[in-house]
Amino acid sequence: MTTAQTLKRRRPPRRSGLAGWLFVSPTIVILGLFLLIPVLMALWVSFSDWNGNGSPFSSGVHFIGGKNYQGLLSGGSLAETNFGTSLRNNAWYVIFVVPIQTAVSLVLAVLVNRAVLRGRGFFRTAFYFPSVTSSVAITVLWLFLFSTTGAVNKVLSYLGLHGPNWFNDPDGIIHLLLQGFGVQNGPALLTQHTALGVSWWDWFAGPSVAMSAFILLAIFTTSGTFMLLFIAALQNLGHDIDEAAMMDGANGWQRFWRITLPQLRPTLFTVLTLGLIGTWQIFDQIYTGTKGAPSNTTLTPAYLSYTSAFGNQAWGQGAAIAFILFVVIIVFTFVQRMVLRERGVSKRRIRRYQPDLTRVSRVNVIDERLDR
Amino acid sequence: MTATAPLSDRIDVAGGTTPAPAGRRHHRGAAFWASTGVLYLVLIAIAVIYIFPFLINIATAFKTEADAAVDPLSLIPKTFSLAAIQTLFTNSDFPLWVKNSFIVAVFVTAGRVFFDSLAGYALARIPFRGRSVVFAALIAVMAVPSVVLMIPKFLVLNQLGMYDSYAGMIVPLLVDAAGVFIMKNFFESIPASVEEQASIDGAGTFRIFWSIVLPMARPALITIIILSFQGSWNELSQFIISTQNPALTTLTKGVANLASGSLSAGTQYPLKLAAGAIMTIPVAVMFFVFQRHIMNSSDGAVKE
Repeated sequence: MTTAQTLKRRRPPRRSGLAGWLFVSPTIVILGLFLLIPVLMALWVSFSDWNGNGSPFSSGVHFIGGKNYQGLLSGGSLAETNFGTSLRNNAWYVIFVVPIQTAVSLVLAVLVNRAVLRGRGFFRTAFYFPSVTSSVAITVLWLFLFSTTGAVNKVLSYLGLHGPNWFNDPDGIIHLLLQGFGVQNGPALLTQHTALGVSWWDWFAGPSVAMSAFILLAIFTTSGTFMLLFIAALQNLGHDIDEAAMMDGANGWQRFWRITLPQLRPTLFTVLTLGLIGTWQIFDQIYTGTKGAPSNTTLTPAYLSYTSAFGNQAWGQGAAIAFILFVVIIVFTFVQRMVLRERGVSKRRIRRYQPDLTRVSRVNVIDERLDR
Repeated sequence: MTATAPLSDRIDVAGGTTPAPAGRRHHRGAAFWASTGVLYLVLIAIAVIYIFPFLINIATAFKTEADAAVDPLSLIPKTFSLAAIQTLFTNSDFPLWVKNSFIVAVFVTAGRVFFDSLAGYALARIPFRGRSVVFAALIAVMAVPSVVLMIPKFLVLNQLGMYDSYAGMIVPLLVDAAGVFIMKNFFESIPASVEEQASIDGAGTFRIFWSIVLPMARPALITIIILSFQGSWNELSQFIISTQNPALTTLTKGVANLASGSLSAGTQYPLKLAAGAIMTIPVAVMFFVFQRHIMNSSDGAVKE
């Protein structure tokens, strides 16, 4: 590249600069108007006593500091209990959905990507199709499949099991498990103390049976999308390392665990991050399906934020829930990145892979002798 | 996954590159066939789990309500009934919802194709002051969870006087940051010499974009069309917060309300499932027509 060209590159002509701004202006205007400004407005509302009438900037609306946040995080009010319950429900949802959907999508990708497989396109389509459908349509289907006399319970009855009344059962599955061992009530230590208006015993209840049906729904609808991400990553892996390991006698499991999986780390990262962000925002399914019932065990912060604002006209509180949820998502994503960040190999590990120097020199001596 | 299966992969690869001698298949051990058989059985079992719910959905749409309750698993209705579909089209607002969903999806798709590619082109090809700032802002915007935006979007729509209008439903969806990224990446892959020649011939920036570069971006545009149509057709929260007028109800909002029983007494599963099945048809058709493109957009260059 000549100097004249570099100069030209560095200083764009004025007219094309204008064109650049013109080209991006629709995007900037729309995103600014419906993303940036709204967030700032809502931040103000979350610190105000606006009740939904008139403009949130009119003189009748006052700054009330952190009262909306305080009401949600302390004080023992119904708002606090509801918020605590919604956080509990969503936390269990995240704990179950994120690992399982990641594992399922990875397994599907590895299976579909096998070289011997014919009809790969068919399987890929079958697994991806649920991701294409609308959350509303598929929730309606789920309500039918998991109804008391629905298909799922019918299948269970063939297996000799009596299926639960899925979307009407508020029992936590960990509580149910403990009941199986004869534990009906938690220790006083857990039942007497509360966090966010919910007793520790209830925090550890696990997702309710109703929420479990939503967990299965999430895995069913998202595994296909993430499978595609994993397939793309698998296709981009070279075969040489794998073959080298095969020469060294590593079996299929060892090669998957030690060679393929570490190479999939960036995609794993993406899938976990997207999973965390997505699962903390479950709304459509709750709105379409249970609306928080039974006994608030499918209430989620996103849905609570919506009903607080649009249903109860508690706009400040609704906005505050949204912002706390925002912080929760950021914290979780950050923690996930910290935990999974690329670490240096430990000294002990390195030593294990370091060739035994005495042996190497001995081999060299033998080699030299052979050369002679 | 067994130790023998991957070895067979290699045999397969070798067989693909060199013409396989007759009877080669017989050299594959019993272990190979066993593991391949297991692989197929597992995949078919999983595929049944993924497909069967949709077959039940379609079958139930043609069942009577009693039949749906008694025999939820069967794929053949005892008495074939069109009552559910008839009710939807003659005795409910369903056709109106379909119309509204189409209006929104068409405008959103058209808007996104145009605005996303405009912005993507500028970010990829037009050097202008502040370009990197715009790009960074776009990334930041993508990080904001959509749930946080429900109340805020309502506030702005209300302030702008766009609440309860098609504009309020459509305009906020007209641009999506992810689409801008897809277009930007694609434009960066087109050789610059094409534009330089047009520029020498005296074409202006917009003309180069519109009549030379955009037609070359067909694969990326198809991706945007699919994602936009699917996204706006399936969108729910934006329509909940932007309208309350029943005349502006979209399919997602209408069917969601139907599900919680506002329109129907009793369970009425055939009716609800028929509604769900019908609203899936457009995205399903699009999916099967453009399947290769959808798969390829996230697959890189996969050859089969």
